[in-house]
Amino acid sequence: MIEFLQQLINGLSQGAIYALIALGYTMVFGVLRFINFAHGDIYMLGAFAGFYTAPKLLSLTGGGPSYGGAALVLVAAMALCAAAGVIIERLCYRPLRAQPRLTVLIAAIGVSLFLENGGQFFFGADPQAFPEIIADSAIELPASWGEFASLTLTIGQLIVIGSTIVLLAALRTIVKYTRTGMAMRALSLNPLAASLMGVNTDAVISFTFAIGSALAGAAGILTSIQQPSIDPLMGINAGLKAFVAAVLGGIGNIPGAALGGVIIGVLEALVVGYINPTYRDPLVFAVLILVLLFKPSGLLGKAEREKV
Amino acid sequence: MSLLEVSNTTMQFGGLKCVNDLTFRMEENELVGLIGPNGAGKTTVFNLVTGVYRQTAGTIRFRGKSVTGHRPYKITGRGIARTFQNIRLFGSLSVFDNVRTACNMHLRHGISHALFRGRGFHAEEQEIENSVMELLEIFGLSELRDRPGNSLPYGDQRRLEIVRALATRPKLLLLDEPAAGMNSSEKARLMQLIRFTKDKFRLSILLVEHDMKVVMGICERIIVLDYGSKIAEGLPEEIRHNPQVIAAYLGKEAA
Amino acid sequence: MKKPKTLLLIAIALCAAASFFTGGINPYYYDILITIGINIILAVSLNLVTGYTGQFSLGHAGFMAVGAYSSAWMTLTFGFVLGTSLPATGGVYLIALFGGGLAAAAAGLLVGVPSLRLRGDYLAIVTLGFSEIIKGVIQNAEPLGAQRGLGGMVQHTNFFWTYAVVALAIYGILTLVHSTYGSGFLAVRDDEIAAEAMGINTTKYKVLAFVIGAFLAGVAGGLYAHFKQFIHPEGFNFLKSVDIVVMVILGGMGSTAGVCLAAVILTILPEFLRTVSDYTWLPGPVRDLAENRMILYSLLLIILMLTRPQGLFGKMAFIRGKKS
Repeated sequence: MIEFLQQLINGLSQGAIYALIALGYTMVFGVLRFINFAHGDIYMLGAFAGFYTAPKLLSLTGGGPSYGGAALVLVAAMALCAAAGVIIERLCYRPLRAQPRLTVLIAAIGVSLFLENGGQFFFGADPQAFPEIIADSAIELPASWGEFASLTLTIGQLIVIGSTIVLLAALRTIVKYTRTGMAMRALSLNPLAASLMGVNTDAVISFTFAIGSALAGAAGILTSIQQPSIDPLMGINAGLKAFVAAVLGGIGNIPGAALGGVIIGVLEALVVGYINPTYRDPLVFAVLILVLLFKPSGLLGKAEREKV
Repeated sequence: MSLLEVSNTTMQFGGLKCVNDLTFRMEENELVGLIGPNGAGKTTVFNLVTGVYRQTAGTIRFRGKSVTGHRPYKITGRGIARTFQNIRLFGSLSVFDNVRTACNMHLRHGISHALFRGRGFHAEEQEIENSVMELLEIFGLSELRDRPGNSLPYGDQRRLEIVRALATRPKLLLLDEPAAGMNSSEKARLMQLIRFTKDKFRLSILLVEHDMKVVMGICERIIVLDYGSKIAEGLPEEIRHNPQVIAAYLGKEAA
Repeated sequence: MKKPKTLLLIAIALCAAASFFTGGINPYYYDILITIGINIILAVSLNLVTGYTGQFSLGHAGFMAVGAYSSAWMTLTFGFVLGTSLPATGGVYLIALFGGGLAAAAAGLLVGVPSLRLRGDYLAIVTLGFSEIIKGVIQNAEPLGAQRGLGGMVQHTNFFWTYAVVALAIYGILTLVHSTYGSGFLAVRDDEIAAEAMGINTTKYKVLAFVIGAFLAGVAGGLYAHFKQFIHPEGFNFLKSVDIVVMVILGGMGSTAGVCLAAVILTILPEFLRTVSDYTWLPGPVRDLAENRMILYSLLLIILMLTRPQGLFGKMAFIRGKKS
């Protein structure tokens, strides 16, 4: 039981990371009906943005690890990733918007390969140690909790889960209650009608990329708090898992992406804890395939019926 | 035994009954019109008969046998062919290949024949080519045989869809708004074409059409749908003066 | 293509004749030559699935892995049952190639089934998932070397066998898609609903495309395993699948000639970039960049998509469209 709870905690904090990345996949898919394959690498960029800005930003707040400094690093990485996302969309995807989706997909794969190999070229291929921006340590659980006191819960895990919840709430507010959010929803329902109703399609798509990339950047920082070893290829596996999470939850569906992320994270932790780490990836995909076979549009996605 | 018997058929999407307790029959060698205001459920009837949708209640029988639950390709194999309201040609294939594709179901040989290309293969391909060209000839499309389907003018695309459907050698042909987007001289030619097709290939035609001139001009019998239910059935003259039909089309006050 | 069978025989005879002259080739060029052949088989087989039938697959390397591992296992286990002479071991090798293809085809059947319910991006992720599962199973299978990789195969694959399979693959796919029987593949790609309405069993065609495509990829895997004499699960990862997809798309989806050309170019290009870094007269940064040739490759990919989205050879459809 304790063992299970422990895996659940580990899985939740990893799942939160997947959820943040999955949101970017799902939002871009919602407005453009296209898989942004380079999205996982934006997450990597986020981690490196933190790596390079942290020493400067931490010195602003006194030098050592601190919550204020960490918040600054997080915001800086989100801003840089948002800019990267917008630039990539502007340069590589927008000119292809009228082309078949497969073409854009290959361009995205090209961008992804470029970021990975460019990253190895500019940042160096070897893993780097992410600076300590928060003093991470296990939380002493009160002895009165009995056997539950033996659970390991770290400050880093709490921060990851907490930040994810805050970011999700912020995203929900933007999508539900702002004009731009409404425009995004309109665009995902019917792009032509939305543009006829005066929605500035280009601006909304740029905004979507900015938000999605910022969330991936945040994920890059949050993950580095827990696992302070970063490398230019770290986005491949995380991106793939997050994409699976988005599809599992029903791609294009924002709550679905969050749900999918948490499910994948927990599932991975359980496989690692109870079966064998080498079965982690195959089993994640097996679950995905099974879910899609019985619910082809994902857990929360709506089936689209083709009009004949 | 009628050619097509639709009995007490209902199609419900969520809370919406697109087709409601519909019953009608078609005989061999008959040209029947299916009309009704927008959203009356005409295309849904086509989708039910051809197996694209499965009705929520009722039975549909073709030549005495139920078609319920069969995949569309099986139903086509039994002798029902159709065209689509928003033309669905194989856009990148040539005119010739569009029609040849519809001969696929009549092949007597399988994949090994296509790969090893024995003597029977060439004979059969030649036979298919001849029958495709004959059809294209009849409908005046043989000159365009190598043009990609989606490069044809609109009217030719509609005609090609009919040719393609005929290549499956149907007993019943369903035409979904074949006159849509045509001018009056094109419509006149289309009417001739439909009548000619029915006589030449000895088949029955069920026609969904908005243009009353076309429907009244060629149909032998007309069925009127409104909100998924049949509100009238009869000869063109009877339908023209049926107060219920007029009300459905023009609103209650006009009737 | 009036007499495709004659052309096939001529092509195979040419392969046999050419193979007499490949003995003296520099091993580096010989390696590239064989890799080109294997990549052509992979690309034309994926082209049947994606280009001709319209089913997007991101897991082609998985089928290659099934073929490579099962054929390698067969020759390693039964390699000498017929004796140790070359004809005897070579015979086992050929049977193993075929067996590897069949094993991959069985995997293709498994993957083809979800294609009946899923389309587009969903199908892509499922095919990707299948190939990851295949990789995971191999990584955990001790008899297949698990994460250490599998080696010790005899190098049976040579110029002749590679290009004979290339010729057979191209022949098979072209004769198929140009027959009335094979027009079903194209119809499924262009409009599935219309294809059903024309009496075409779309289910059968989609699964068939996956099975045939997987079979050929499996044979390519067998050729690869018995050329490199060492295979590793990571050699069949997602990036390998992407490589094959890129060949199909650059070749202009559904044009077999274009896809073959793209396979040749994309195999040579990285090797060419490798030589650029040897030119000492070039400025240092340029050579550094060429050293990291994947950066150039990825940039090229983006630029190509932006400037020629229909593929390099998209308009070169001289093989398609005409009757056979």
